[in-house]
Amino acid sequence: MDYNVWLYFLVAAGTIYLIRVLPLTLIRRELTNPFLRSFLYFVPFVTLSVMTFPDMVEATGGALSGWAGFLTGLILSYVSGNLFQVAISSCIVVYLIETFVC
Amino acid sequence: MKSENTSWFLKGMRDGIPIGLGYFAVSFALGITAKKIGITPIQSMAMSFMMVASAGQYAALTVIASAGGLLQMALTTLVVNLRYLLMSCALSQKVDPKLPMIHRLGISYGVTDEIFGIAMATEGTLNPRYNYGAISVAAPGWALGAFLGGVVGAILPATLVNALGVALYGMFLAIVIPPAKKNHFVAAVVAVSMVLSYVSSKIEFVASHPSGRIVVLTVLISAAAAYLYPKYPAPAPSEGEGAGSFDQEGEEVNGL
Repeated sequence: MDYNVWLYFLVAAGTIYLIRVLPLTLIRRELTNPFLRSFLYFVPFVTLSVMTFPDMVEATGGALSGWAGFLTGLILSYVSGNLFQVAISSCIVVYLIETFVC
Repeated sequence: MKSENTSWFLKGMRDGIPIGLGYFAVSFALGITAKKIGITPIQSMAMSFMMVASAGQYAALTVIASAGGLLQMALTTLVVNLRYLLMSCALSQKVDPKLPMIHRLGISYGVTDEIFGIAMATEGTLNPRYNYGAISVAAPGWALGAFLGGVVGAILPATLVNALGVALYGMFLAIVIPPAKKNHFVAAVVAVSMVLSYVSSKIEFVASHPSGRIVVLTVLISAAAAYLYPKYPAPAPSEGEGAGSFDQEGEEVNGL
């Protein structure tokens, strides 16, 4: 290694913190531009959706368990919407399918 | 006010539990990877507390493994974590405009995909204690997983790791689907996002830059949605268009 590991850590952590802290500390008022407000309103929906699919389906040991976990999450989110319930149910379905089916 | 802050903190802790569990599984793998390139379990744990960033930490590890320069480290983590910039922008509109600087600095530490997701899903103005509660459970889960991954290595059965690995995605669904159920346009945005995500992930060049893919798609799709529906966010703030009308979201002022 060229540098001390802790120096690498400090640079990486500093960069990551700056990315997180700059908007929150610089934008200190409510934006009035309707386009910008609307844009930021949609950001969480879009970014979480993009991260979830198809990654969730491809995150497991096989396509079957991946799809089963995804559909379980989708249906339960629609029915209950409880974070913990949805997360754990998806895990259990993936575990059961990988253990007993393939 | 005090008890309200406490209940927000406790609510954050409760919602942080599935996040902490999911983090544990993901960072376990991170700890194994780190061990392979000579990072000790204690260092993995410290790194995880310092960064609380999954893809960002993997990227940092690759730079360390290749004995890269410090500038390369800064640039790599910048690109890989760029989505947090967008999330932080969105959060700046979710908190009270008068939120004191100390809380802005505080919640910035915990801007992760998951904590961002649950924070944006709370009703009304965001109380920073909610974030603190969530991060107080999630960050230890994240750091502990990395530590144990380095200590015991690949001792967990693969099926268990695979199963835990979908926990975070399940949470994402639980965040985006309920609002989509209430609003058809949001549902369409979610559906389009998933379809375009799928299509773009099959393009080789794009797929090899996963974090760039997320940022570009987020900007493009959110902008298109905002262009079509500039009237959002749906819970109309108020009729006041003039500058300085910051008190629409109710009387409660967080942290003052």
